[in-house]
Amino acid sequence: MSPIPLIYNVRSVRARWRGNLVAVLGIAGVVAVFVAMLSMARGFQLTLVDSGSPSNAIVMRGGATTEMESVVTREQIQVIAGAPGVAHDEEGHPLVSGEVFVVAAFHHRASDSDALAPVRGVSEQALKVHRGVRIVSGRFLRPGLAELVAGKSASTMYSGFGLGDTPSFGGRTWRVVGIMDSGGSAFDSEVWADQPVLSQTYKRPEDLFSSVTVRLTSPAALGDFKRALASDPRLTVQADRETDYYAKQSRAVSTMIRVLGFLVASVMGIGAVFGAFNTMYSSVAARAREIATLRALGFGGASVVLSWMVEALFIALIGGLLGCIVVLPVNGLTTSTLNWQSFSQIAFAFRVTPDLLGKGLLFALVMGFVGGLLPALRAARMPVASALREL
Amino acid sequence: MKFFALIWSNLRRKKVRTALTVGSFAVALFLYGLLAAIQTAFNQGVEVAGVDRLVVRNKVSLIMPLPVSYRERMLQIPGVKTVTYATWFGGYYQDPKNFFPQFAVEKETWLKMYPEFKVPRGEWEAFLQDREGCVVGRKTAERFGWKIGDRVPLVASIFGGVWEFNIRGIYDGTRSEDDTTQFWFRSDYLEERRTWGKGMVGWYVVQVADPNEAASVAEAIDSRFANSPWETSAESEKAFAAGFVKQVGNIQLLILVIGGVVFFTLLLVTGNAMAMAVRERTAELAVLKTIGFTDASVLWLVLGESMACALQGGVLGLAAAKLFTLRGDPTGGFLPVFYLSPAKMALGLALTLAVGVASGIIPALLAMRLKIVEALRRV
Repeated sequence: MSPIPLIYNVRSVRARWRGNLVAVLGIAGVVAVFVAMLSMARGFQLTLVDSGSPSNAIVMRGGATTEMESVVTREQIQVIAGAPGVAHDEEGHPLVSGEVFVVAAFHHRASDSDALAPVRGVSEQALKVHRGVRIVSGRFLRPGLAELVAGKSASTMYSGFGLGDTPSFGGRTWRVVGIMDSGGSAFDSEVWADQPVLSQTYKRPEDLFSSVTVRLTSPAALGDFKRALASDPRLTVQADRETDYYAKQSRAVSTMIRVLGFLVASVMGIGAVFGAFNTMYSSVAARAREIATLRALGFGGASVVLSWMVEALFIALIGGLLGCIVVLPVNGLTTSTLNWQSFSQIAFAFRVTPDLLGKGLLFALVMGFVGGLLPALRAARMPVASALREL
Repeated sequence: MKFFALIWSNLRRKKVRTALTVGSFAVALFLYGLLAAIQTAFNQGVEVAGVDRLVVRNKVSLIMPLPVSYRERMLQIPGVKTVTYATWFGGYYQDPKNFFPQFAVEKETWLKMYPEFKVPRGEWEAFLQDREGCVVGRKTAERFGWKIGDRVPLVASIFGGVWEFNIRGIYDGTRSEDDTTQFWFRSDYLEERRTWGKGMVGWYVVQVADPNEAASVAEAIDSRFANSPWETSAESEKAFAAGFVKQVGNIQLLILVIGGVVFFTLLLVTGNAMAMAVRERTAELAVLKTIGFTDASVLWLVLGESMACALQGGVLGLAAAKLFTLRGDPTGGFLPVFYLSPAKMALGLALTLAVGVASGIIPALLAMRLKIVEALRRV
């Protein structure tokens, strides 16, 4: 005999929508929270990974794990600039950007309190090395002046950092002369200043830098470049591919979000399976006569199990789809958190990607499968004669 | 309470359904317990903050230092009782992933400033005698298996090189919320070995004579150093800690949203289960009414059933959450404390009962309004 037709399940779900709605909403809620947490972790990770370029290398003092802990002197930068693999611009200058990385307390709009913002002291070389960063309005800084270029997230995150504003920090009044866009990467959360001016403000020796970012002739040139630095007795530095450095920076926070997300979602998932169980079990009890009729018509036990599983998976799928739809608006939502590695605020957007939605749907189907299996077996095992007599 | 036996046997009628409903409550309350513990962890600094303590940092940002000479100048400000200072060391043990906070502290005043931390007198004396000595929190000592007398090397990622310390003492907190992950060593040792930034400290902690004057003392400190090369920003320890929590993001909102979704789902699940139970028993309830049960007692019968489910599930879930938190921090050192307080547990139980009532009320009202004749005629 052929299996029970699908339309039976579709109609059944529609006819009993009240009870099924509970299961659908339960699963939708779990899927929404699950996908939202994952998209948060994903957004954070992508923001940092996108900040680096595979053909850039970041050089810091040996042993330093972040730019803030690192010190590189001007003499060392000159040595690094002469290493093999370093790219040059049209005029023959090496594409090497010595940078100072500090944090400053600015007024954060969303929390209405002071938050630590990353401030980077740069020279004109910075734009040539960080190819992803573009000035979208205003202009770049002029050397020697107390001018700032704010990242587009920084300029909206902190009050007083719009184009033309004159924020003051470090006992000095600055002027925001430009807004930069790096396509959603970490530089969008930064404020750039002229390096000698910033060093003076922070009372650092002017020829002391935090890190050096180097443009290489090609991504493959990193090996030679690293070997040259390691064998030079004048240097005690380490070089990392920029993308690797930023990936490492994102690890702590994105792992924490993911661990907590999985923990919360799995506990919620168990709860939703209970809900689905409850609905399906009651539905077996309520539909005892109907099932017995199907059996009496000649459908086998396996057919009944299959039909019930189809119904459970169908309900789960609706729930999963609903959850995905509900969570879609968080895509692109920007928020910020403290990145422990750089000890400063970093803005990032939730990224609801198709693969995360796929994971959400899969999760919903797993819940439907687990929640539907036992009731389905019970339905199939019901003795036909007594069930027909029930009620 | 004379209906207790009746409620109990009603619950036992459909064992699977009851188990699932109780299970749903248990799961929800377990999750509540986890979220509450996480929230406590994030707010730990705010909750343990001393009302009489101010934190004074460089106005530009916390990573900028202040001169050590400020201590004497602060002590002259009226209302200031004690002043101590600390510097962030930023080292790690064996692997950069092994994070715990290390402070170089002013040895004479540090412990006086924090009476909530307890160190045996003999151990503290030994620390004062040893320039390379350190005192470690119980949690960190247990994490790395350190004992008194051990010599531990830390890689100093800010100051450079490998620094070795002798563990002279282990401190405990007096409350469950106290952070016992810190590592203290002597600032004179840091001063001696550091190659740059000599004469500077990370931040000051000021104890005020009268907590009511904290705000005005903070203002006096800031104006004392205004227009100097090292301007200060003084705020109460609570505000300082709250600022950090805000920087991490809106944890509160996140937890509220997740908790809200969970409880809403729970409401649906139990509401549905109760509605089904009542629908199945329509005839039975009509019989009860026929033999003289009042409308009110029928209402309580149904409500009692949903509340009994809620209570059992709630107790089960909270107990499981408590056991889970006793096992320690699941993120491996990221959270300073992982603790479910009795107050939060009580709140959880209250929430469960509220959901129990909310999910039972509509079926209970339906049962109460049941017309005997119609109900008996049905089916």
